Amino acid sequence: MILAVAPLSDLLSFGNKGYLDELMWGAIATLEISFLGYAFGCFLGLLGAVGKLSGGSLVKNILGGYTTLFRAIPELVLIMLIYYAGTNGLNQLLISFGFEPIQINQLLAAVFVLGFVQGAYSTEVLRAAILAVPVGQVEAAKAYGMTSYQQFRRVVLPAMLPYAIPGLANLWLNITKDSALIAVIGSSELANVTRIAAGGSKLYLVFYLLAAVIYLVISMVSDQFFAWLERRVRRGQRKLA
Amino acid sequence: MNWEWLPHYIPLLIHGLYLTLVLLVSSVVIGGIMAVPIGLVQVTGPWPLKVLAKAFCTFIRGTPLLIQLWLLYYGVGSLFPGIPGIRDSFLWPILREGFYYAVLAFSLSFAGYEGEVMRGAFLGVPRGELEAARAIGMSPWKVLTRVWLPRAVRLVLPTLAGEIVGQLKSTPLAFTVTVMDLMGARAKISSDTYIMYEPLILIAVIYMILTFFITRAFNYLERLVPQRR
Repeated sequence: MILAVAPLSDLLSFGNKGYLDELMWGAIATLEISFLGYAFGCFLGLLGAVGKLSGGSLVKNILGGYTTLFRAIPELVLIMLIYYAGTNGLNQLLISFGFEPIQINQLLAAVFVLGFVQGAYSTEVLRAAILAVPVGQVEAAKAYGMTSYQQFRRVVLPAMLPYAIPGLANLWLNITKDSALIAVIGSSELANVTRIAAGGSKLYLVFYLLAAVIYLVISMVSDQFFAWLERRVRRGQRKLA
Repeated sequence: MNWEWLPHYIPLLIHGLYLTLVLLVSSVVIGGIMAVPIGLVQVTGPWPLKVLAKAFCTFIRGTPLLIQLWLLYYGVGSLFPGIPGIRDSFLWPILREGFYYAVLAFSLSFAGYEGEVMRGAFLGVPRGELEAARAIGMSPWKVLTRVWLPRAVRLVLPTLAGEIVGQLKSTPLAFTVTVMDLMGARAKISSDTYIMYEPLILIAVIYMILTFFITRAFNYLERLVPQRR
């Protein structure tokens, strides 16, 4: 039997017949997962960087292990490990406390997994950026009698941003692309939605090209945004040459 | 932890490791060779080539490798069966095999990232050295092969280890197009035995060891190449 394939104009439309609305929601889910994972990753990275710079030797060793492991193992392997281990572990915990096992929200699982991988990279980016802040500025802040939180919030944080933004911009571009890996464990983000649309319509080339273009637009818009952001955080700095 | 399955699957894992290494080496070699002209035309080429190379790098760097791989394997691959007589031709065994699509996709990806790096490296070679080479009377080709390219390669050497480790970490994607690399072997073990974690942990350790060796090898290589600072 030959499958009746709808005309192209129908498949590339919004609504029941077409896949464009699905792709649009997929793109939104990709942005959502990336953004939340990125925020989580930056938070972990900030904790990690501060821990690596001023923690005790135990904290330093644990963080060293975390950043080395998570940067040496392929993202795909990590995502599967954390996803399966995380969902399984949580359910076993629930069962042992006498609760019913739950279906874990896929979006949250994806955010958690990507954020954890991202955290290892942003730890290193932020650590290097904090180290680039001239010691004299921190000493001056100390001399004013600022608490260590005030020193961080008022001096270290704004002074390190020019060094951190290029690295953080790269990490954002990476997470938007790494979020496609979530498709392997099944989810509703762009890569998986595209796979479903391509398989359903048999228009593989059209849909994968379309998805590529959507990712490309996300990347290019992000590039512009980070270029603007870098100009902004550098506004007080002396221009080179 | 249950490792009883391990002895039975060692041949599969060794073959998987072999395929992973073949994917890595072939894509780094092919992509690395492609990166040289891609970087060069962006620095000196005529504008149509310049635009083309720039667009290629932007596309490769702006889209997920997974989508590029699926675009080639499912997208371009779906066009071939429509060509009459292709099933009988000598090309069919190649066009059917996910492995070759993976090599192509990974090579193009490495070429895109490394092409951008080479562009910077070509720009980073001091002007005076190129002028000196020209003043001696070298042809443009000789300037390239004797001065410009070797100096540019020396400049990218410190970043190359990281790029190759990155490439190694991309190879597991090949299992999504039916390649039985380490990741594919792991998938087979898991579906045969219903054991999830142990195979994943095992290949994670193997990838870490490979990463370690790549880093060490490049540290050694870098010390072999003299550099005055």
